[in-house]
Amino acid sequence: MSKLAFRNVWVEYGSKIVLEKVDLEVADGAFVSIIGPSGAGKSTFLRLALGQEAPTRGSILLDGEPLSPEPGPDRGVVFQRYSVFPHMNALDNVTFGLDCAGSPLRGRLGGKDKKLAREAAKALLARVGLEHNFKTYPRALSGGMQQRLALAQALITRPRILLLDEPFGALDPGVRLDMHALITELWTEHKLTILMVTHDIKEAFKLGTRVVAFDKRRHDPQAPHRYGSTAVYDFPLDDKKSRAVPPVLKGLVST
Amino acid sequence: MRRLLNARPRVGGRLLLGLLPILALVLLYLVIATARHTENPRDKITPIPAAMAAGIQTMAFEPDPRTGEVPLVADTKASLSRLGIAVGLAAATTLVLGLTIGLLPYVRASLGPLVATISVIPPIAVLPILFIVFGLGETSKIVLIFVGITPVMVRDLATHVAAIPEEQIVKAQTLGASTWLTLLRVALPQALPRLIDSLRLSLCPAWVYLISAEAIASDVGLGYRIFLVRRYLAMDIILPYVVWISLLAVIMDLALQAWSRTSFAWAHPPRNVR
Repeated sequence: MSKLAFRNVWVEYGSKIVLEKVDLEVADGAFVSIIGPSGAGKSTFLRLALGQEAPTRGSILLDGEPLSPEPGPDRGVVFQRYSVFPHMNALDNVTFGLDCAGSPLRGRLGGKDKKLAREAAKALLARVGLEHNFKTYPRALSGGMQQRLALAQALITRPRILLLDEPFGALDPGVRLDMHALITELWTEHKLTILMVTHDIKEAFKLGTRVVAFDKRRHDPQAPHRYGSTAVYDFPLDDKKSRAVPPVLKGLVST
Repeated sequence: MRRLLNARPRVGGRLLLGLLPILALVLLYLVIATARHTENPRDKITPIPAAMAAGIQTMAFEPDPRTGEVPLVADTKASLSRLGIAVGLAAATTLVLGLTIGLLPYVRASLGPLVATISVIPPIAVLPILFIVFGLGETSKIVLIFVGITPVMVRDLATHVAAIPEEQIVKAQTLGASTWLTLLRVALPQALPRLIDSLRLSLCPAWVYLISAEAIASDVGLGYRIFLVRRYLAMDIILPYVVWISLLAVIMDLALQAWSRTSFAWAHPPRNVR
């Protein structure tokens, strides 16, 4: 049973072709790492999945239904930066999703609902290791803590798909390892389907159940913009297989 | 020897250094005033402190025999109410227009060019039109201030709102926020501290327009008074009035700053002492 399907998807900006002939099926519960050189359309692919952008040709289906053409609560997202709201403390950042769902007019829950929302948010914050920072504003949190907060914020609405755009790219190596452990645990606990764009090829193979590499299949030196990128390699990984980076990818992405 | 750019005054020293030029200017004035006064005791251009005290006494502590009101109090009330109404209206308009222009592409496309065009018209040039349309009463003065400061504030706020990272707007939508909730809970709170900053900067032109309007057509107000007594070279009244206006402006600025710091602490990162 496939969940998210890309059928012959093309993205063109005028005469420039960014993505061509992307055919991908993402199964329920998969953790797909997306890699590729700069400018290979990884971020465009994520924007498609997010609904921030519509394909020029082809279709994107979620459970057989065309994907809604704008971002919605069924797909959570964590960006490399600016994922949390600077004017809300950690707790308010996390309850925001529940506020929106429960109070379409004021955007703030009241009474018993508010109490329940705060309890849920506190539990989730404690889960990601921010139990001592409920009242802290993002500015006062370290980069790693901000990304933990962003994860909690995204997970409160129980999205079916979590999209990660280089979520750990700006973090120190040690913090990054902690975050790898956290995201793997959250993926299992929340039964998420994850699409993660990353520059770090080792991270891609360490975390993913599947690694998809984007690159241009053809190259015209006279008109480089006329050929777009597509999924050139697709590695399904299971635990028995070695998670070493295949030699064929060595030239594709610098590690 | 330490480089000059690394030498920093201490807190007490900073205060003293800041006061010194002001004291020097006051002293310079006193020297000139005394010299002129000794030469010509009836000199009106540079009144000595005693003359200014007498001027303050008449304007600030004795009721005008004709109206029965203390002039300084009446003038201050009139001017501040004009300024307050105009600035309040400007802030409310700025909030509505700035937020929608900054956040909604359709509103930006339709109103952006209009606001940009209006903001380049020198407000004083439309003052005659305002007098013709709204008469010489309170309305035209309030409208002048409003027209003078609002377009720039709208443009500033719209730019600020448009510069909210795309990531935040997308994030809000993935958390289920509608256009209205994104405006209310993401854009508005981040726009308010900027609006206060913008108000602080706009108070200066607001005073200019207020005093211009009062100078041309009014019967009460701080600007009216200083232009009235100008005819008698009454520097002993003009100078205290100017000091009073400056004091009011400084108090408003500090009050706005304090409001921003207490209500929107997240927007004020702790400053490195330098």
